[in-house]
Amino acid sequence: MKTILLLMISIMLSTSLSAKTFVYCSEGSPSAFNPQITTDGTSNNASAHTVYNRLVDFKYGTTEIKASLATSWKVSKDKKIYLFNLRKGVKFHTTKYFAPTRNFNADDVLFSFNRQKDKKHAYHLVGGGHYEYFNAMDMGNLIKEIKKVNDFQVKITLTKPEAPFLANMAMSFMGILSKEYADQLQKENKKERIDNFPVGTGPYIFKSYKKDTLIRFTKNKDYFESRPKIDKLVFSITPDPSVRYQKLKTGECHLIIEPAPADVASMKKNIKLKVLEGAGLNVGYLAMNVKKKPFDNVNVRKAINLALNRQAYIDAIYLGNAKIAKNPLPPTIWSYDKNIKPFEFNVKKAKSLLTKAGFANGFKTELWTLPVTRPYNPNGKKMGEMMQADLAKIGIKVKLISYDWPTYLAKSRKGEHTMIQLGWTGDNGDPDNFLNVLLGCTSVKAGSNVSKWCNKDFNKLITRAKTITSQKERTKLYKTAQRVFRKEVPWAPIAHSTIYRAMSKNVIGYKIDPLGGDIFRAVDLK
Amino acid sequence: MLKIFLGKLLNLIPTLIGISILSFILIRLVPGDPVLLLLGERGADPAVYAEMQKSLGLDLPIHQQYFNFVYNVFHGDLGQSIISKRPVATEFFDRFPATLELGFTALLFAFTCGIPIGIFAAVKRNSFWDYFLMGGSLLGYSMPIFWWGLVLILIFSVQLGLTPVAGRMSVLFEVETWSGFLLIDSLKQEVIAEDGFEPFLSALKHLILPSIAMGTIPLAVMARMTRSSMLEVLGEDYIRTAKAKGLSEYHVITRHALRNALIPIITVAGLMFGSIITGAILTETIFSWPGIGKWLVASINARDYPVIQGGVLFIATMIVLINAIVDVLYIYANPKLRT
Repeated sequence: MKTILLLMISIMLSTSLSAKTFVYCSEGSPSAFNPQITTDGTSNNASAHTVYNRLVDFKYGTTEIKASLATSWKVSKDKKIYLFNLRKGVKFHTTKYFAPTRNFNADDVLFSFNRQKDKKHAYHLVGGGHYEYFNAMDMGNLIKEIKKVNDFQVKITLTKPEAPFLANMAMSFMGILSKEYADQLQKENKKERIDNFPVGTGPYIFKSYKKDTLIRFTKNKDYFESRPKIDKLVFSITPDPSVRYQKLKTGECHLIIEPAPADVASMKKNIKLKVLEGAGLNVGYLAMNVKKKPFDNVNVRKAINLALNRQAYIDAIYLGNAKIAKNPLPPTIWSYDKNIKPFEFNVKKAKSLLTKAGFANGFKTELWTLPVTRPYNPNGKKMGEMMQADLAKIGIKVKLISYDWPTYLAKSRKGEHTMIQLGWTGDNGDPDNFLNVLLGCTSVKAGSNVSKWCNKDFNKLITRAKTITSQKERTKLYKTAQRVFRKEVPWAPIAHSTIYRAMSKNVIGYKIDPLGGDIFRAVDLK
Repeated sequence: MLKIFLGKLLNLIPTLIGISILSFILIRLVPGDPVLLLLGERGADPAVYAEMQKSLGLDLPIHQQYFNFVYNVFHGDLGQSIISKRPVATEFFDRFPATLELGFTALLFAFTCGIPIGIFAAVKRNSFWDYFLMGGSLLGYSMPIFWWGLVLILIFSVQLGLTPVAGRMSVLFEVETWSGFLLIDSLKQEVIAEDGFEPFLSALKHLILPSIAMGTIPLAVMARMTRSSMLEVLGEDYIRTAKAKGLSEYHVITRHALRNALIPIITVAGLMFGSIITGAILTETIFSWPGIGKWLVASINARDYPVIQGGVLFIATMIVLINAIVDVLYIYANPKLRT
């Protein structure tokens, strides 16, 4: 009996987290350890932000571009040629499966980009040959040629001037892999390992991965920027959000991925925890299909904008964790027009606009509600019900409809809807990534412009802004574009959600990434 | 006996065909397209979509997909996961020891508590203890695992700080798996030499709550089953004779009553194995236990067809096989059924 008692006591008292092991509780397993072939945040956190660097990176906690593996770059007068000067003395990781014999150079850049661009590249078909982000950002068509000038200079020629190009270069999928490692794997006939046993130049070295359980990293002592302060970084995969929260409370995690909105208030009250908040780079909106009657009438669209009680949605659906939207751009992005007036909530005015449009008795229509939970819209169905009640007040009888997520996306791309809830989280902090992707004329055909609104003035402005590199001039054009949007209102912008991160009180140096990632290169434990 | 067993095995064939068709069709009836899920929400080019659909073999008519699946199964190939690109069988065996370890401890908990509770309730029939224990077991049987798991975490981990919330072992220890059972692997000489018994204790500590959560329903079933079986036996003439002979109460219960009462419990024990798998799906998700339950849930969410159909077929085969063995054991234990 005594032995059992002693054993029980020792079980209860055993193990606590050591000082320099940082445990991050993530929500799922990465699909691979190569950001070239993954698109989800879970995978990017486990590879792009830990193991890899890009030629340029986003400054920690911002969407500003800074030098990384390239120390500087020059842009030609016609804005089509970018000459990157590469950093010298950067070491690739030494792991159990690879020991580099040389430092980072231009060959690695060419290897990393050509794998995605060149269909005949020895590694192009490895891992399926699908480079979703590279294609989605149209990099294949945009980059005409990548040339090695010398070991530390790379020249990239574009097919046309494209201002967001540098921001695209800072995105996860442009991570630099080791060519020497790729050659070694090719010799060993193990090419597919490149996507699951990563070798990069980033702040942490991949150590091991046990699917659905843990990912282990150790610090890169040779990191070219400031050396990481924690020795071991562990991703503890915990899919259930309430369990993640309990693990945070008991000290089994130092930081957890996006907490459930309902838990934020109690987290803030807990003296052992701290909650950081930042404005999300996103927008949730109700798009109206202008190709379908009566939404081709601008007065109908304006009436709908006036009839929606946005504050009520923020309180009930976002639980106060969001800001009312007035523009298609989030306020965190440069060129956001602060001076545009917020939308009024005015039922009387909405009714008179509807009468002016010839719908004094309202009309019947459909509203598609978002079937998934997203930061920009945590509960599409509930929001749909609230919108339904608001629109009924001006005589619009709305039928709520929803589909499973892939069907919802596929059908909306084809324009089968009338009114639809959707949203967007920015990829690279460039206004073009919102205005062109969501409202540009080319996106009508591509499908991502679900309002099917193609306005010549608006399109001219955003197309021109793409060809100019001066941020000041681009800002002017984007501000004018936002005014055109406001006049035409193809959407009812609803909200920009707030990003929260909950962590133990002893976590220092962590910054919220506006692009939604979790980055630990400057994190430490008190 | 061998004839009976072979007969049982023959009966398995139609069952497995039925299961393979069901698992194949059901997941395809669930809305959601694995190709669209793989391509993400950033927009899929129709050409890329078609190419990926073809590479996964999902462009073929459904009956052809099914025949390909069956053909491959007969060649020992359960397919390849769409997500991880690894063979389903490899993925399965990577995780199965974790589920078995949890399942065994949960059943151990269920048997060691359930049988004594059942005996006690039967002996104290219609007393306060009988009502209390049977009421408790009814409650245990009715509690949803996901809710019960969270309650256990809240009480024992968050409030009392006695057990870890989730996972299989503290992240501080890195134990190379050899048997797949962490309780065994953590007792390897090199592990003990480096960290002493700490990894073993950590693994044990992590097993407590999920075992209770998973073992509660089997415990309730065992207790109720043992009670009714015991009551039936206790009313038999030979028990009265044994008592009349002057044997002690203890002797009568353990030697004469329990032995016979245990026969129907063997069948229940077999069925329990099935409940381990269903229980694992919920328990492993709540406690982040890296077994096949959590794996199946993740695969269903990702519409990873090969994993779901291969995994379900594998699990079903095992359950059906174990039930066949239990049936044979039952016949062996009960001579009356041999004719």
